[in-house]
Amino acid sequence: MIKYLIKRLLMLPVILLFLSMLIFSLVMFLSPYERLAVFIPNADAVGSSIPFDELVSKYGLDKPFYVQYWDWIQRVAHGNLGWSPSARMPVADALKRYFPATVELMMMGGLIVFAGGIYLGTKSATNHNKFFDQAARVATTIGVSLPEFIFGLLLLVFFYGILGVLPPGQMSAWAEDVVYLGTFRHYTGFLLMDSLLNGELYIFWDVLKHLILPALAYSIGLLSVMQRIVRSSLLETLKKDFVTTARAKGLAESVVIKKHARRNSLLPVITISGSMVAKMLGGAAIVETVFNYHGMGMFIVVAAQGLDFPAILGSSLLIGVIIVVTNLVVDILYTILDPTVTLE
Amino acid sequence: MEKLKQFFKNPLGVTGFILILFWLIVALFAPVIAPSHSNNSPYMIERIGFSSLPVPPSEEAPFGLTSGGYNIFYGIVWGSRTAFRVGLIVVSSTLVIGVLLGGVGSFIGGALDNIIMRITDLVMSFPFLIAVIIMSIVLGKGIDKLIIALILFGWRNYARVMRSEVLSIKERDFVSAAYSLGMNRIRIFLVHIVPNSIFSVFVLASLDIGTMVLISASLSFIGVGAEPGYADWGQMINFSRNWLLGTIDNPMIYWYTYFYPSIAIFSFVMGWTLMGDTLRDVLDPKMVKR
Repeated sequence: MIKYLIKRLLMLPVILLFLSMLIFSLVMFLSPYERLAVFIPNADAVGSSIPFDELVSKYGLDKPFYVQYWDWIQRVAHGNLGWSPSARMPVADALKRYFPATVELMMMGGLIVFAGGIYLGTKSATNHNKFFDQAARVATTIGVSLPEFIFGLLLLVFFYGILGVLPPGQMSAWAEDVVYLGTFRHYTGFLLMDSLLNGELYIFWDVLKHLILPALAYSIGLLSVMQRIVRSSLLETLKKDFVTTARAKGLAESVVIKKHARRNSLLPVITISGSMVAKMLGGAAIVETVFNYHGMGMFIVVAAQGLDFPAILGSSLLIGVIIVVTNLVVDILYTILDPTVTLE
Repeated sequence: MEKLKQFFKNPLGVTGFILILFWLIVALFAPVIAPSHSNNSPYMIERIGFSSLPVPPSEEAPFGLTSGGYNIFYGIVWGSRTAFRVGLIVVSSTLVIGVLLGGVGSFIGGALDNIIMRITDLVMSFPFLIAVIIMSIVLGKGIDKLIIALILFGWRNYARVMRSEVLSIKERDFVSAAYSLGMNRIRIFLVHIVPNSIFSVFVLASLDIGTMVLISASLSFIGVGAEPGYADWGQMINFSRNWLLGTIDNPMIYWYTYFYPSIAIFSFVMGWTLMGDTLRDVLDPKMVKR
């Protein structure tokens, strides 16, 4: 087990190296001039007075792939991810600022997906082919087919447009005034945590209110997937002998389901949680754009629209790290929960 | 035939089939349903006037006009062609790539299999949506470029599924029998391995058509997909973003700008999801009892 862990941890930098090469080579499809243009605001207005060729060779944009890659990776190793023109700050600072917001969104969404999926899946399996199960089947089919941005827009129209509650954005204007004031200390970068640590309960409540709709919007599809997985896995487990034994012992049905059957059917949930994290990171790009929520997803979208490749490279690298680490954690969790799985 | 009968006995499957049939007819008869009146490419949404405010449904434009005078009805009818094009081209190409990579890799085994699977892992270790966003930025705007971007990263699931199928099929007795009869490996692969392992890939494909259309709509929505004015459902929802909340006294005043395109995407994707789910139930005997 420990040997396996060390092996996996040693593989981590290798995977990241290849991933960074893949992403870097994608960006290299752009011509040197296109990559330069990002750094020259109002290029059209200034016109021909810009010494494009000189600048391209000055920053080494026309050098071969491996030279540019090596330069870039060296800078990354020193924590320098470059300057992001679209965010008007260094990429590292931008990520520090936007990433926590996305994590908060993902945690909120994850809570809905896992808690909701397991609860509803159990309910479907225990009411197999009865009304609840059939209704859930229809609902999950709709959930899988409903794009995040459409669901998000509908939520926005209904809750904000018609009911006038749960506005878009990250927080209200008055909360922003407080948060960016000097006296508000940013301990963790996570707004929910920081507002609690600063004792600003009103801000905590305000931020939470802004989180609900985006979290709902992008968990709907994953919630449907999770519900189906839990349902079919639990149905399978309920047929096993040990469940019959538990029932024969005279245990209450709720104990049989919750303590015996459900625990043994949650392995597929662990298996899929790795790919769920990847899907959530992707979904964040769409949902954050819909709700004008300033997180990493929106940062990537804005950067992409502005051909801001330092920002794209930096955030891709961060995403790569998160996913590789998540997959490692999932694999380890797997061995802990299922004694029949051994890692070599 | 038996399977086909089973498919059409399932009400959900039939609903999906009808939805897809409906959109297929709309796509095929687009020039009749919504004739183009301009000299531009028919795939550019017809504009009636250039009003900056949306115009409610009228005789001329049954679903109304969105800001800029774009005819919503026209966009939806021609957008169905875009949806089919994206879905079918992307899924058929990724399917072939995935089946070949995953199938050949695991059939031959050894170092080749290892290399292919490591590449697949690498591609899988990155969110699909973000990879496609980056790629379509690099390639530039346009639905064709979006299709290329989707193909470049879309094959990974097929490769994985195909690989695991082939791994079990190639150990079967009939494959050994074919070897002992002296068949060559290419023939065994094409005649025995592929037809016996491709069903689960097909199920994945029918679910994927919906997903790919959904993703391309999402990308058009955030403005990195189709070029402005192109008949694409995601883009039409993007047009409606500024009109979502209506006016203060009537929040629903511009409902038609987002209602019709949303229904179009939703029903199209749901059609494929229902068909895929039913196909899986019918083709996979293990799933039937659930």
